[in-house]
Amino acid sequence: MGAKKASPDLLNSSFSFKSLKLKTKQQELLLRVSILGLVYVLAFIARLFSVLRYESMIHEFDPYFNYRTTLFLTEKGFYEFWNWFDSESWYPLGRIIGGTLYPGLMVTAALIYWTLRFLRFFVHIREVCVLTAPFFASNTTIVAYFFGKEIWDTGAGLVAAALIAICPGYISRSVAGSYDNEAVAIFALLLTFYLFVKAVKTGSLSWALGSAFGYFYMVSAWGGYVFIINLVPLYVLVLLITGRYSMRLYVAYNCMYILGMLLAMQIRFVGFQHVQSGEHMGAMGVFLLMQVFYFLDWVKYQLNDTKLFQTFLRITVTSAILVGGIALGVGTASGYISPWTGRFYSLLDPTYAKDHIPIIASVSEHQPTAWSSFMFDYHILLFLFPAGLYFCFKRLSDATIFIVMYGLTSLYFAGVMVRLILVATPAVCLISAIAVSATVKNLTSLLRTKQKVPQTGSTKGVGSSKSSSKVTLDQSQPFQKNGAIALLVGVFYLLSRYAIHCTWVTSEAYSSPSIVLAARGAHGNRIIFDDYREAYYWLRQNTPTDAKVMSWWDYGYQITAMGNRTVIVDNNTWNNTHIATVGRAMSSYEDEAYDIMRSLDVNYVLVVFGGVTGYSSDDINKFLWMVRIGGGVYPVIKEPDYLVNGEFRVDKGASPKMLNCLMYKLCYYRFGELVTEYGKPTGYDRARGVEIGNKDIKLEHLEEAYTTSNWIVRIYRVKPPTNRL
Amino acid sequence: MKKTSSVVDLLLLLLAINVLATPAFSDLVLSKVERRIDVTSQIARVTKTLKVVNSGSESVSEFTLTFPKFLGNNLAYLTVSHSEGKGKAKRFLANLSVKEAHAKGTPDSISFYSVSLPKPLSKGDTLTLEVVAAFTNVLQPFPEKITQRDIHLVMLQESAQYLSPYVVESQSLSIKLPNARIESYTKLENSKVQGSEIKYGPYKNLAQYSYAPIVVHFESKAAFAVAEKLVREIEVSHWGNVQVTEHYNLVHRGAQLKGEFSRLEYQDRPNPQGVSAFRHLLARLPPRAHSIYYRDDIGNISTSQMQSDSKKTELLIEPRFPLFGGWKTFFTIGYGLPLSDFLFASEGKRFLDISFGSPMIDLVTEKLIVQVVLPEGSKDISVTTPFDVKQSHEIKYSHLDIAGRPVVVLEKNNVVPDHNQNIQVYYKFSNINLLSEPLMLITGFFVLFITCIIYTRADFSISKSSAAYLAKLQWDEVLATLQEVQNIIQKCLAAHDKLEASLRDLSRTGDIQTCKAARKSTDSFLKDLSKELRPLLASLQSFPSASQISPKVEELVAKEKELQEKLMAKHTTVVEGYEKKSSGRDIENRIASQQQKIVALRQEVDDLVEFIDEI
Repeated sequence: MGAKKASPDLLNSSFSFKSLKLKTKQQELLLRVSILGLVYVLAFIARLFSVLRYESMIHEFDPYFNYRTTLFLTEKGFYEFWNWFDSESWYPLGRIIGGTLYPGLMVTAALIYWTLRFLRFFVHIREVCVLTAPFFASNTTIVAYFFGKEIWDTGAGLVAAALIAICPGYISRSVAGSYDNEAVAIFALLLTFYLFVKAVKTGSLSWALGSAFGYFYMVSAWGGYVFIINLVPLYVLVLLITGRYSMRLYVAYNCMYILGMLLAMQIRFVGFQHVQSGEHMGAMGVFLLMQVFYFLDWVKYQLNDTKLFQTFLRITVTSAILVGGIALGVGTASGYISPWTGRFYSLLDPTYAKDHIPIIASVSEHQPTAWSSFMFDYHILLFLFPAGLYFCFKRLSDATIFIVMYGLTSLYFAGVMVRLILVATPAVCLISAIAVSATVKNLTSLLRTKQKVPQTGSTKGVGSSKSSSKVTLDQSQPFQKNGAIALLVGVFYLLSRYAIHCTWVTSEAYSSPSIVLAARGAHGNRIIFDDYREAYYWLRQNTPTDAKVMSWWDYGYQITAMGNRTVIVDNNTWNNTHIATVGRAMSSYEDEAYDIMRSLDVNYVLVVFGGVTGYSSDDINKFLWMVRIGGGVYPVIKEPDYLVNGEFRVDKGASPKMLNCLMYKLCYYRFGELVTEYGKPTGYDRARGVEIGNKDIKLEHLEEAYTTSNWIVRIYRVKPPTNRL
Repeated sequence: MKKTSSVVDLLLLLLAINVLATPAFSDLVLSKVERRIDVTSQIARVTKTLKVVNSGSESVSEFTLTFPKFLGNNLAYLTVSHSEGKGKAKRFLANLSVKEAHAKGTPDSISFYSVSLPKPLSKGDTLTLEVVAAFTNVLQPFPEKITQRDIHLVMLQESAQYLSPYVVESQSLSIKLPNARIESYTKLENSKVQGSEIKYGPYKNLAQYSYAPIVVHFESKAAFAVAEKLVREIEVSHWGNVQVTEHYNLVHRGAQLKGEFSRLEYQDRPNPQGVSAFRHLLARLPPRAHSIYYRDDIGNISTSQMQSDSKKTELLIEPRFPLFGGWKTFFTIGYGLPLSDFLFASEGKRFLDISFGSPMIDLVTEKLIVQVVLPEGSKDISVTTPFDVKQSHEIKYSHLDIAGRPVVVLEKNNVVPDHNQNIQVYYKFSNINLLSEPLMLITGFFVLFITCIIYTRADFSISKSSAAYLAKLQWDEVLATLQEVQNIIQKCLAAHDKLEASLRDLSRTGDIQTCKAARKSTDSFLKDLSKELRPLLASLQSFPSASQISPKVEELVAKEKELQEKLMAKHTTVVEGYEKKSSGRDIENRIASQQQKIVALRQEVDDLVEFIDEI
């Protein structure tokens, strides 16, 4: 840019230099590629905070299952993995792993691992798994660039890439170690959308084919593919209604839908859902509608008589809707088409899960989103988003309609469930990028035209040859240049605040592995609570290899992956009854619970207890959910029994059933003798800030097998039945 | 179980001694035997000073050492040396070779070891032998299961009298215990307790194979840490590092924990270095050890401390959980060592001189596997060890390896800290091999870039006659032509500048002739350029895809021409003005309007150039 503005008298001296210089186009290309390269690297390294703060480890709950299956895949090969019956979870039922998981993530990681080995880099599979999410986040920035370029221009693409690279809403699910389906799924989601938009724009089969494969990858990676298979038909429908039907759309949608559906059927977990489940019927309906549309178009072309065509149109549309309605009705009534699942319902009606499926409502990431977390995850994007929408509407095209629809629908879902902020993030980033890019472009173009005027003026130019519009603009708004500069400074200030906010959020909030807890000590030093791994490692080393461990389902994946022991229930909550049985055992008296545990062959019981450290997400705080889920299947368990005047208490005022249920006993066993805080009585629970109500706990059928150094995890051994003689 | 079997052993031994046939070793007499048994750790260390006298007529070159079988089976380490002098002046001389010898006709319940004497012992000569032996698993926990609160008691079985195939004239035994708390011990004549030491003897003139079983039952606070399996991998990199990685399968072999574990009691006890559990292990690493890590299957273990000075590096590691009797754990420690401290050269070969055993203090290793990984391309590998080990070879693949790295695998069972002696691994390695990996990387990147270049340059379209392909080809041609046009315009503009410069020179020097010459050369130059431009414009017009651009280009050329004319006119005016000796102000007034037009035109031309540039 600067090179072009060389004044005539400077030209003389800079001539030889200028002839060597890159052409503007090449300069722009170089700039673009280097910015993209930097953004790519930035997206990767911003996600490494967790490795630097803690260590190269797998985070949270689900990633441990993914890690375990990936390990199995790399050790035993794909066929063994596909046919794996896992007897270590859901004892005594077991779990058919190959048929109940989305294999995309594991296969991706294994492929990366095998490629690296082929290239003679002998890395550990754990490192591959830990770095899969940042790697795909980096790839997502590239896709975001192309997407932005497609819907607006290259500038918007670059801004979108930069915004999404550090957006906390995305980072929260893709830091190093967050080895979860979402890590690759967001990449696949955006890629599918991009390819589809490209296909609609060009009408080319090859792009539609690409989008079908992108869809296949998405289906293989995450259950969120349902969003694609509903959004795309919705978009097509909107285009049809707004009269934007074209041959390009017909080619793109049909190819993408048919191929995508056939490919998706190859994933065992999805199977025939595309033709049998209510959630996928919309796509099929739109597909049929497309055919009707095409047919009508053809007839219109053949008839050349508007009146005749109107009649024909009426008949055809009526009969098509009728046939479609009857087919759907018969399918649903006969049970061939399954109704919508609870999860889908809870998306459309946020209160549904609370009333009907406590197990979905009990997960914290399924809660409706608080406004503060929008602010936390989007920061300035929240304000830029409406501005971007304005620009989109101003320049409406097939592509901008798509991004507007994607943004609005996903933002609605993000409001319903916290974890779906992730899905909305790419759309929010793209639309905000349009706002930023368009604004900055307008402002800089103002600055540039203003700069030329004084230049000609100084060399005695009258400016008569200038286009009249520029002159009038200049004259009508005298403070335009200053205003533009001020606005530009404002934009850069906002963007830099965004960058600072993102860095801070990433390092402080989203980089904790949640296996290792960190706290600040009295002297500002860092204290690490590694109790989870201590307990799991104890299980792994010091219990019989066939021991069965009962715990609340949250810890199931971790126990199988780190403790290498069989669990009764785990985070794959496919069997509500089984989970309810565990919930019932936890909320019963010890002798009743003992019978349940004997019937499940339980050898060890593991509970998580935060009373000593003040760790609040422990089993006592989750206990009401156990009661609710248990009570949902076994009416013996009644929630009011554990409450006093509708209040959940653990101190002296707690209900007698609460004070004597298994969970209470296991958490507070011998806790009554411990002084946790100076100046407080013994048995002072720091997580809830009360002195416990039952300090003299005797266990009859269980004994303490291990308690970690900060009492966070407590493991009990189930004694064999006493000899009757 | 173990206890009863050792009792049976004892009985058998007594029986065997009674029925022992002809004394085959009767020529030697032990004039004085001093035995000291140290059981302060989990290893029983026995040191013996034997004064041997040849009372026979023939010279003897072999000496026989005996142990009861139940001890012999647990013998981990044995060295015999001979010494001269007494007290402080005592000097230890060379180690003697010892081998297990089981002669025919000797009882099964005794282990025999034959020692070759440094020189045959002739009649009447005396020799002092120093024997050091270490036994593992001889301290039996009793009771075998204790609760968390109980103290840890162990039991030692030995003989108060020295079991020997020779006549012993005088002997004594002292047992050093960890503390004064002795539960019980076998009381014989001349036995007494002094603090934490039990003394038996002296006993005089005992016959061959005398045996008096004793049992000492005492408290031990030592850590009974046993590595069931320890794999030490020592990887040599000629880039300056020796990387040691040690995988421990650790178990507490003391009395097993009975009943429940109570965290409350464990953390309330004032002295956490407990009797029934141990919390720490101390590793003494070589000095200058760096990049130390401590982890296990599921991640890093953050509880370890390191202290280092110039002589040693001490690493205090704490397993994830305290180890009670019978509890197990597995972990890995790794550290880097500077290559120069451990790698030496001799006779055209290099050799690695490094410690064999584990750096952990008082650790018994049941199975030790040492893998020395040499750099890729090492040849003629040989190993010298101070004791017998099982040797084998393997190949290991690491980063950027093609043929793999040769690995020497050394295996030994029942290893005690006394085995921490240096081993030497000799091999040949050429420094050129060092370059192979960087070269491979360079080649890899080179190939990558070459592929990229070829990909961008080459034409991969399948159909060479399709309309789109032809259009693309044509467009490339248009762009090339456009590029040429641009070049020429740039040259023209440069010529204009030269003309302007000549005018400036004129105003400075007043030299009209040079100015005219410059004008002439520029004239002809510009004429040539416009000649070159003509065919290019014609070809540009012939392309249908350039229909959008060619008017712009034509406009540019026309404007340039106009600019050229104006400049010439201005030049002529100025030169004329000078020829007529007009004043500077006069000339300036005359060209003012021309100058204005020139600036405007120049601006337009620049705009057009910019526009074309952006295509």
